[in-house]
Amino acid sequence: MSLKIQITEEKLAQLYGTMEANKKKPGPLMPTLHAAQKIFGCIPLPIQKIIAKELNESIAKINGVVTFYGNFSIEPKGKNIISVCLGTACYVRGSQGILDAFADELKIKPGETTADGLFTLEATRCIGACGLAPVFTINETIQGNSTVQTAKEAIRQIRHQS
Amino acid sequence: MLERIHILICGGANCAGGGSKELWREFNDQLEKRNLVDEAKTVMTGCFGLCASGPIVVVFPKEVFYEHVGVADVKDIIEEHILGGRVVERLLLKEKVDKSKLKIYSQLKFYAKQKRIALRNCGSINPLDIKEYIARNGYKALGKVLTEMTPQEVIATMKASGLRGRGGGGFPTGLKWEFAAKSVDTIKYVICNADEGDPGAFMDRAVLEGDPHSVLEAMAICGYAIGAHQGYIYVRAEYPVAVERLQLAIDQARELELLGDNIFNSGFSFDIDLRLGAGAFVCGEETALIASIEGERGMPRNKPPFPAARGLWGHPTNVNNVETFANVPVIFLKGADWFRSVGTEKSPGTKVFALGGKIQNTGLVEVPMGTTLREVIYDIGGGIPNKRKIKAVQTGGPSGGCITEASLDTPIDFDNLTALGSMMGSGGMIIMDEDNCMVDVARFYLDFTVDESCGKCTPCREGTKRMLDILNRICEGEGNAEDLDVLERLAIMIKDSSLCGLGQTAPNPVLSTLKHFRAEYEAHVFDKVCPAGVCSKLTNFVVTDLCIGCTKCARNCPVGAIQGKVKDKHFIDLDICIRCGACKSICPVNAIVSKPMEKGGEVSV
Repeated sequence: MSLKIQITEEKLAQLYGTMEANKKKPGPLMPTLHAAQKIFGCIPLPIQKIIAKELNESIAKINGVVTFYGNFSIEPKGKNIISVCLGTACYVRGSQGILDAFADELKIKPGETTADGLFTLEATRCIGACGLAPVFTINETIQGNSTVQTAKEAIRQIRHQS
Repeated sequence: MLERIHILICGGANCAGGGSKELWREFNDQLEKRNLVDEAKTVMTGCFGLCASGPIVVVFPKEVFYEHVGVADVKDIIEEHILGGRVVERLLLKEKVDKSKLKIYSQLKFYAKQKRIALRNCGSINPLDIKEYIARNGYKALGKVLTEMTPQEVIATMKASGLRGRGGGGFPTGLKWEFAAKSVDTIKYVICNADEGDPGAFMDRAVLEGDPHSVLEAMAICGYAIGAHQGYIYVRAEYPVAVERLQLAIDQARELELLGDNIFNSGFSFDIDLRLGAGAFVCGEETALIASIEGERGMPRNKPPFPAARGLWGHPTNVNNVETFANVPVIFLKGADWFRSVGTEKSPGTKVFALGGKIQNTGLVEVPMGTTLREVIYDIGGGIPNKRKIKAVQTGGPSGGCITEASLDTPIDFDNLTALGSMMGSGGMIIMDEDNCMVDVARFYLDFTVDESCGKCTPCREGTKRMLDILNRICEGEGNAEDLDVLERLAIMIKDSSLCGLGQTAPNPVLSTLKHFRAEYEAHVFDKVCPAGVCSKLTNFVVTDLCIGCTKCARNCPVGAIQGKVKDKHFIDLDICIRCGACKSICPVNAIVSKPMEKGGEVSV
């Protein structure tokens, strides 16, 4: 099931506002895409079209840039984003096992979102918290020295709360 | 007013992950409750470096170092230490080697062999307050440069210092500045490369979060030297705290007119803006980074022309990384000769390393060039945990290679590490022990480069993919005799023919492990076994006679595959075993090994 994103008037106004400000600076595209990703949670084709028109670029170019960078997504993400660090320091301390445990618990592969839209599972490269390896983050909160048990417990807690 | 006591709380990424923000709030609450706000002041600093001990609290004046401090410990520190004047013994740092307890920050073994130049202010000042940076001679170098020196003299000083680029390449910084200065154009740019992408490295993050002004000051000095009036910091979006602090630092510097028009009344104007990376490792390559700022896909361009001639929007551009810039103000404050007196002749100064993996003291260390790997790993790092033996040191991340125990006494500098088949890289230093499989490590790095290859040139796009296919096959137990030769041939071809640094160095992890750990590759290919017990299809765990019958493995096996009584040798049922390796890593006497399966499904011990 793919999640629907909401393109509200309010969010659109926000996007137009940032584009207006960005147009005054050299190189307006990247800051605009960052803003769009933040406002909508993803940058689907309708949004790409708006940006293309406003910044006077082809849709092909906008699409090319959006798909090049790992931080921009075309599909909406789940309510809770779980990122398991696969940086070297975490990897040699067993973070692959943590990622597998999440995949097993959520029944999805890395990069996918659960059918209920509650979780997106991601594998990320170094987040610079190597002293706590292995680490995973849930919505930017870092959980260090993690184990298969703490991973599964974290999921259960979120499920319980929602 | 001056407070009697300063409580420094580490706000670095690792300590923050361990809850130092909550700690800071608790300290403030308790101080307020007890009416001690006039006597004791809390400061949230940048990274102290000793991440393994986090969250860290240091109490001045006596620089007492507390480790693993939790919210519940705050009350004790305030009542015992702040009010009572007695050190809280149980929270003192316990040395990893001799288990002694030390209380004085600067006397800890971890810091004894370090020399902090780039990290000079990390852990000492509040990075949110420009005045604290100024109090530590901040912006004094810029003032000196703008009022007493010509751009030519600035470049001459940089050249005399011998500073080499800390981002990995080791190119002389002064020379780079000179190239950009000599390009004739009314518009030039200074870029700070803060797209720290090497997985396992977080030096730049520590500088950006702990001492952002040092980077701004250096960029302005560079701008004056090359004739640029605009700077950009290209920082990865994965570091939100760094982004926030940089923006705050820029705002504060503008307010005090240390950035903007006519700085120090010198007639020189310079401003800095932030640009965010978006999760592409290749953007650490300077031409790809420039393409990204311009709003293109972050793909590298052919060099020449070098950015110093034609860079951002076609104008001459100088790109240096964060740590390089962080060294610059000190060179002007203390002189090029002083800088040269630190480190080795060909690599003056220090280098910051992110020490990680199988090491006691994970964290950030800054050592003079010429320090040996052994000193870093054993004296500063505290050695390998769990009585394991070191197997390899990986430096340079996906572009670097593995160094074996035999080479640990090599003095670290740019040229020595390259001669060992690795490289300095940005400063990731990952320690691996016997439980790490070197074939799997090579596969891990290649998986990374395949993922991050931008796809522009064929050798990198296709070649690394083919190498990864072969490595995957070997790890699955389907490798054949030809594979190792093909790997080597492909590796050399990719190195020779790729467009940018990413492709040219991508085969290094494979080549260096093939060179130093060929036997391990052969075990995978011919004996169909992973001796480290990592590649699950090639792992058959057995308990050897070294077993002391402590039952630890049996208790930690998630599937109950291990039987044995106390003080009796244990036995692993391979039909139940899921090859997770929990037993092997927990065994106190290293009695669990992975052996080849013999005919008939038996494993010989």
